[in-house]
Amino acid sequence: MQRPRSRQDPINPSTVSKQKDRPMNKTLTKVLATSIAAAALAATLAGCGKGSASSSTEGSGEIALWTHNAGNPEELAAVQKVVDSYNGSQDKVKINVQAFPQDSYNDSVVSAAAAGKLPCIVDIDGPNVPNWAWAGYLKPLELGTDLSKQLPSTVAEWDGKPYAVGYYDVALAMMARASDLKAAGVRVATIEQPWTKAEFQDALTKLKALGKWDYPLDIGTAGTGEWLPYAYSPFLQSFGGDLVNRDGFQSADGVLNGDKAVEWAGWFRGLADQGFMAKKSGKDSTQDFLNNKSAIVYTGSWAADKAKAALGDDLVVMPPVDLGKGPKIGGASWQWGVTSGCSNSEAAMDYLSYSLKPENIAAVAKATGAIPASNEAAAQIPAFAEGGANRIFMDFSRQYAVMRPETPAYPFIATEFGKATQDILNGADAQPTLDKAVKAIDANIKSNGGYKK
Amino acid sequence: MATVPLPTRPRVPDAPNPALPPSNAKTNARRRPGFRRDQLSGWGMIAPAAVLLLAFVFIPAILGFGLAFTNARLISPRPVEFVGMDNFARLFMDPTFYRALLNVAYFTVVIVPVQSGLALVMALLINKKFRGVNFFRTVYFLPVVTSMVVVSLLWLFMYRKDGLINEILSTVSFGLINGPDWLGDPNTAMPAIIILSIWQAAGFHMIIWLAGLQGISGELYEAAQLDGTSRWQQFRYVTWPGLFHTRSLVLVTITIQALGLFDQISVMTQGGPMDSTTTIVYEAVRSGYRQQETSYASAISLVFFVLVLIVSAVQRYLTREKD
Amino acid sequence: MLVRVLFAVVAAFPIVFMLVSSLKPDQQIFGDMSSLAAFLPVGNISFDNYAAVFDRVPAARFLLNSVGVSAVTVVLGIFVNSLCAFALSRMQVKGKKIVFTAILATLIVPFQTLALPLVWWVNQLPYFELNGFSLEFSKGWLDTYQVQIIPFIANAFSIYLYHQYFESIPKELDEAARIDGAGWFKIYRQVVMPLAGPATATVAILTFLPAWNSYLWPLMVVQSEELRPVMIGIQYFFQLNVSWGEVMAYASLITVPVVVLFIAFQRSFVNSIASSGVKG
Repeated sequence: MQRPRSRQDPINPSTVSKQKDRPMNKTLTKVLATSIAAAALAATLAGCGKGSASSSTEGSGEIALWTHNAGNPEELAAVQKVVDSYNGSQDKVKINVQAFPQDSYNDSVVSAAAAGKLPCIVDIDGPNVPNWAWAGYLKPLELGTDLSKQLPSTVAEWDGKPYAVGYYDVALAMMARASDLKAAGVRVATIEQPWTKAEFQDALTKLKALGKWDYPLDIGTAGTGEWLPYAYSPFLQSFGGDLVNRDGFQSADGVLNGDKAVEWAGWFRGLADQGFMAKKSGKDSTQDFLNNKSAIVYTGSWAADKAKAALGDDLVVMPPVDLGKGPKIGGASWQWGVTSGCSNSEAAMDYLSYSLKPENIAAVAKATGAIPASNEAAAQIPAFAEGGANRIFMDFSRQYAVMRPETPAYPFIATEFGKATQDILNGADAQPTLDKAVKAIDANIKSNGGYKK
Repeated sequence: MATVPLPTRPRVPDAPNPALPPSNAKTNARRRPGFRRDQLSGWGMIAPAAVLLLAFVFIPAILGFGLAFTNARLISPRPVEFVGMDNFARLFMDPTFYRALLNVAYFTVVIVPVQSGLALVMALLINKKFRGVNFFRTVYFLPVVTSMVVVSLLWLFMYRKDGLINEILSTVSFGLINGPDWLGDPNTAMPAIIILSIWQAAGFHMIIWLAGLQGISGELYEAAQLDGTSRWQQFRYVTWPGLFHTRSLVLVTITIQALGLFDQISVMTQGGPMDSTTTIVYEAVRSGYRQQETSYASAISLVFFVLVLIVSAVQRYLTREKD
Repeated sequence: MLVRVLFAVVAAFPIVFMLVSSLKPDQQIFGDMSSLAAFLPVGNISFDNYAAVFDRVPAARFLLNSVGVSAVTVVLGIFVNSLCAFALSRMQVKGKKIVFTAILATLIVPFQTLALPLVWWVNQLPYFELNGFSLEFSKGWLDTYQVQIIPFIANAFSIYLYHQYFESIPKELDEAARIDGAGWFKIYRQVVMPLAGPATATVAILTFLPAWNSYLWPLMVVQSEELRPVMIGIQYFFQLNVSWGEVMAYASLITVPVVVLFIAFQRSFVNSIASSGVKG
C-alpha cells in the first residue's frame, strides 16, 4: 500500500538543515510569544486571585468552613444561605464557605490535616468521625441546642461525647416499576411486610423469567469506596453478622467470619451466580434502571426524585429484604464538626447551634432531597411531612438504620470489607476471604493499641 | 548566528552512530585560563534544575523512604516510632503484594512489545508525505491528549457485558461470540486494561518512532531500491538498524510507564476482580490513603523503587552499545 | 490507506463519542450506549448540557487558572531545563556525569508515591512576596499558584531531550563564539537555543500536557475554588446523581482547547521531535 518513494519527506532533518532557520525560529518565537502572553495572564490572575484566596485562611473575626458540595448548586446554596443569615445576625465573626467536590473531598481534607491546615468547621462523612476524634482533629461539641431532638443517626458520638452533627440522613431502598412487579406476579413489599429471603428469591426468578432484562436486579456492584460497606454491610447485619464485634470494638473474629457471615456471602454471591445481577453493574444504576435495563434497583433516597420524575406513579419504593433479623440500612450521612486547631471554637460552636434551627435544617434537607434531621424540620417540608411522598424514607431510617461501627478503626474496616465483598462476588471462597479480612482488621486494631483513647 | 547550518550527522545504519568527535577541551581544560570561571558558570546553569529536583523529588522521596522504617499513620494521635524492618516483613508475607508483582510483570511483558510494535506500525503509516498526513498525525495523537478520567469512563461503558465492544464482536461473528463481562472477569480484566492502555499511549511512542524514522537518510532507501530489494528487506536492513537508538528510548519509556501502572486501575477496577488487576503503585496508594497506613505504603514505594532501578539497570545492560 | 483510516477511526472515537454525547440528554446517552448511535449526533440534540455546566462549575475561572499555571510551567520549564542540559552537554563541568545520572534516576519515581511527603514538605517551605515596597515572608505553600507550578518546572525527561538535541549541534560553534569573546550564557542564548527550536516545541507540549491534566496534586494542595485547575472541575459532576451529559460537555470544554493547540503546533511538534535528539 505504501510505495517506497525515492524522495523522503521534505521535513526530514537532512533537508531541514537548509530551511531550518525560518520555520524553527518561527516555532520558537510562536511558543515564546504564546507562553509570555499566558504568563502575563497568570500574573494578573495571581493578583486578583489573592484577595479571595485568603478565604481559607482565618483572619481576625473570620472562620473558615469546608463543605463537600461543590458542583451541587442546590445544597451549596442552602448551606451558603444558612451562613449568610448567621453572618447577618451578629457582627463578631464572619463565616467563609469553601466548597470541595464530594468525590475527592476526603482526600483534600486528609491532605490538609496531614499538613496541619484544617479550617475551623469541617463537613465529615459520619462513619469517619470517631477516627477523626480519636486522632485529635475534632473537639467535642458544646452546643446550645438540644441534640436529643435530632434523628439519632445524625449525631456522631465517640467515647461518650458528640463530635459531629448533621442536618440530614439518607436511606437505602429498593425501587421498581409497579407494572413490572404486577406482570411477574410479585407483590409490592411494604414496611409492614417486607420481602423475606425466600420471597426475594421468588421475585427475582419470576422477573428474570419475563426475559425483559439481562439482569433483573441492580444493587450497584460497580460502586467503590464507601458505597461497598454502606450498601452491603446492612445485608450482613440482617443475616445476623456484623463488621466488627461492637463490644469494645477490639476484634472482628466470629462476626465478620462467623456462620452468619458465611451464609450472607453465599447468598450475596448466589445473586450473581443465578444471573439475577451483574458482578459489575453499570456506572450509574439509577440511570440504567430508568432506561429499563433492570427491574429492581437498590439505591439511596437521593435517587427518588429523579426516579419519580421519570416514572411517576408507576414507581414503587420498597424496604430492603428481611434476611432474618429484619431489614437493615446504614445510618449517618454528612455531618459537621469543629476542629481542635480552631482558634475561635466558641464562635464555631455558636454557628453550629444557630445552623441547627428547624428552618435551616429544613432548607438544607429540602435542597438535597434528603431526610431532615428532626421532626420539626420535617414538618416544614411537604414531601417529608406526615403523608408526604418521601415520608417512607424517614420511616426506613427510623426503623432500620444501623450505625456503621463507631470506632476509629472504621476507615480501615471499611476498606477490608469492601475488598472482601468484591472478591466474594467474583468467586473467592467465602470463609478464607472473610478470615483474611478479619486477620487484617484485628492486626490493624492491635497495631493501633486498640484505638483506645 | 541563525545562518549556521545544522550539520548532517554521519549516518551509518549498520552500526550505532559514532559519538561526536571528542572535544579537545577536556584534555587541556585544567590548563585553560578561566577554568574556575567555567566551572562556576556551568554549575550556575545546572543549579536551578538541580535544586528544584532536589527539593521536589529527592527530599520528599527520602522523607517517604524514611517513613518506611516507622509506624507512621496518616491520621493518628500515637507517637511515631522506629520499627525497623517490620513493614517489610509484613509486605513480604502479603500474598496481595506478590499478586501485584505478577500483574505488573504480566502487564509490562505484554505492553512493551505490543505497544511499541503498534506504535511503530502507526509511525510507518504516517512517515511518508501524502495528502492529509497532518490530519492522520493529529488523529493518531488524539488519545494522548485526552484526559485519562474521560477515557477511562468511556471504556468502562464499552467494556460492559452489553457494551459496545461485545455488540461489535457479536455482530462481526454473526452472533457466535458472546463476549465476556470484560472488567468483571478475573481472566479478561487485565487484557482489557492492556488494550485500553495501548490505545491511550501508543500515539506518544508513535511520535518517538517517527522521530527515529525521519532520521534515516532517504539515500539509503534509494540505494536499497536500486538493488531491487523488497519492502520487507528494506525494513529489515535499512529501517530497523537505523532505529537502534530510538529502540532503547522507546523501550525505557514504555517500561517505566508500564511498571507504574495506576490511573486506569484506580478509575476502572480498583485492583479487582480478585486482585487480578492490582499493581504495586495501586497497593501503595490504597494503603497510604484509604487505609491510612502511611509507613506501610512507604515500604511498598521503596521496594517498588528498587525494583524499577534493577529492571532499568538490566535493560541498560542488555541494550548497551556493543563495541 | 484503508489501514490508516482504520487506525484513525480507532484513535478518534472517544473524542467523537465525547462531543456527540455532550449534546444529548442523559437518558439517551445510556440508551445509545450499546449501538453505533453512541457516535452519531442523532435524537434529541441540544446545547442544554453546556448551559448547565456553567451553572455548576466556575468553568471560565478554572480554564484561566489552568492556562496560567500550564503556561508558566512551560515557560520556566523550557528555560531551566534547557539551561541545565546545555551545561551538561556542552561544558566541561566536573561531576556532570553523576549529576546527569541522578537527574535521570528521578524518572523512575512515580509521583503518587511522592505526593504525601511532598504535601507536608511544601507546607514547610517559606515564600515571600513583594507587597508594595516591603518584602513579606510567609510559611507554607498550600493553596497558592506556585505550589501548582514550581515543583513541576524541573523535569528529567525535558533535560534528557534537550541534552540529546544539544549533542547533535556541533561544538565547533561554541569554540568559534568563545574565540569571539562570548560567555557561556551568551552562547546558550545566541548560538544554541536558536537552533533548538524543535526541541523546545517538543518540551513545550510534553510539559503542557501533564500540567493541563494535573489532578491528584491540586486536589491535595489547593483549597480555594479561585485557584483550582480544570481537571478538578470534573469531580464537580460526580454527585449522588451524575449528569453524564454535563460530564461530557465539560470534558469537551476542557479537551477541545488542547486539541486545537495541538493542531496549531502539530506541524512543528511532529517535525521537531522528528529532528530532535531522540535518535542519538
